[in-house]
Amino acid sequence: MMTFELSASDESTVVQSTGLSAMLRSIWADRLGRVGLILLAVTAVVAIVGPMIFPFDPTDVGSDASTILQPPSSEHWLGTDELGRDVFREFIAGARISLFVGIMATLISTVIGAGIGIVAGYFRGPLDTTLMSATDFFLVIPALPLMIAMGAIFGQNLVIIILVIGLLSWPRTARIVRSQTLSLRQRQYVSRAKSLGASDARIIRRNVAPHVMQLIVANTILVVAGCILAEATLSFIGLGDPDRISWGSMLHFAFVSGAVGLGAWWYFLPPGLGILVVVLGFTLVGHSFERIANPRLKGE
Amino acid sequence: MPPLLRRFLVLCASIFAILTFNFFLFHVIPGDPIRLIARSQRLSPEQVEKLRQAYGLDGSIFSQYLTYLKNLAHGDLGYSFALHENVSDIVGRALLNTLILLTVSTTVVVLLGIIIGVFAGSRQGSTSDSATVVTSLVFWSLPTFWVGMLLVFIFGVWIGGLPISGITTPNAEYQNYFQYIADIARHLILPTLTLALVDIAFFVIITRTSLIEVMSEDYMLTARGKGLSRRTMVWKHATRNALLPVVTASVLYISALVAGAIQVEVVFSWPGMGLLTYNSVLARDYPTLEACFLIISVAVLVANFIADLVYRRLDPRVAVA
Repeated sequence: MMTFELSASDESTVVQSTGLSAMLRSIWADRLGRVGLILLAVTAVVAIVGPMIFPFDPTDVGSDASTILQPPSSEHWLGTDELGRDVFREFIAGARISLFVGIMATLISTVIGAGIGIVAGYFRGPLDTTLMSATDFFLVIPALPLMIAMGAIFGQNLVIIILVIGLLSWPRTARIVRSQTLSLRQRQYVSRAKSLGASDARIIRRNVAPHVMQLIVANTILVVAGCILAEATLSFIGLGDPDRISWGSMLHFAFVSGAVGLGAWWYFLPPGLGILVVVLGFTLVGHSFERIANPRLKGE
Repeated sequence: MPPLLRRFLVLCASIFAILTFNFFLFHVIPGDPIRLIARSQRLSPEQVEKLRQAYGLDGSIFSQYLTYLKNLAHGDLGYSFALHENVSDIVGRALLNTLILLTVSTTVVVLLGIIIGVFAGSRQGSTSDSATVVTSLVFWSLPTFWVGMLLVFIFGVWIGGLPISGITTPNAEYQNYFQYIADIARHLILPTLTLALVDIAFFVIITRTSLIEVMSEDYMLTARGKGLSRRTMVWKHATRNALLPVVTASVLYISALVAGAIQVEVVFSWPGMGLLTYNSVLARDYPTLEACFLIISVAVLVANFIADLVYRRLDPRVAVA
């Protein structure tokens, strides 16, 4: 029992520690992966450091009509919005909210998806059938109308938006993790651990979870892209948190205030480009990671 | 059980699940649904009482559920106090407009996506191939509504020349039916272009991957050995076989299509289900929002079922499995 414990934990720690740095290095070696990493690094700096240097005050509105929707100037680098606020500072504040919502929603979705996938794939039987029927159901129903309905009923604040997106983005993760778990439970070391008397919880923790980790990470990176787009769309529809402006809500206000028709490009271009940079960054890194984690995809 | 019957039963169960889920979402969680309805419009106490009876809200949750199902079975989707009309009438009109938009844009997206995908896949590794892949990934990363806003800016403000809002020109007088159709067609251009720019990537990537796989099959070597021209090889032999995975993947596309259509309708004020959803969110018109959610979900479930049937016809191997 003792030796089994040691060898199992050694194995998984080795896999993980060489895993992460080696992964980053192989993504960096991939041309598109490197572009993705750079895009993400730039966004991270803007979202983390930006608001400290250029704080945004949502109450700092213009004093009269001559201050609203003004084109870029030396005072306002990206002009002003429909309330006369500085678009550049608003854009930087929005980066933080958009990233925060996207990442938190992804965490929720990954925990649910990976949990359901591992449990269903490991235990099989009626539990598997029930969980997978639910997964297929949520996979098929269109996510956006459901998110809109839930957002409209539960109200507009950041926590609700994170929950709504997170609770509806897990089905694909569950499917992918389940099929990997199915193949893992057939491996010899699982049946050996079982015959040594290890409990199911222990086998899942020690022998199954570490080996689906790479897959989960690769999938998670792609889910972040989807969650950021989902947040932008929900906020654009008008379900964003009015107190915490994200890129999506900026575009909502730009749209309803008629900034597009007035040609106020400085207002509606930056948030969209910001979304493009983050989503593309996560997509490129995710695909690159997936090719490395799953060499069979390399031929494609 | 024959697989077809099994699929049909799954469809029925899913629709039933959606109806029940919808009941909990709109009728149980908010506590008193009348409160939701009244939020959009001030109602007198007598009106509230009348509504309460109409929805069977004086009974237990279970009897409320039965009333809800009975109303649905009669096609009664409630009354919109924001629009002063029966929801079923409003939804009926919107549904037709959405179907027009979806039919046109899906045809464009699928056809162009497959053609570009075959073009790129048959030149795997070339500059034009990698340019296609990178461009597709970039466009796939764009929010659909933002692409729409850009097109409104370009064609509405900057260059001009194309209608950017609605389904017909307001107050237009048509000499004949043809002019009417032409007007709708002109209004369709930008919404379709928006959906196409973002969504074509989906079919390009899948067709490309599938074609590359087919090109490495033995029968393609045979085709080359027979001395067939490259064009015949790629477009006749390879493309036909590469299309099956594309059909499978199009099931996954249905959900993305619905999301894209909602955004495009909002940006271009296309009077369909998406714009109706948006307006009912802004007006807090819950009966209409509920109907939109129900109709869209059930339509997607049915569309999935049909896609599955088509797929089974195309590939007999699936029917056996």
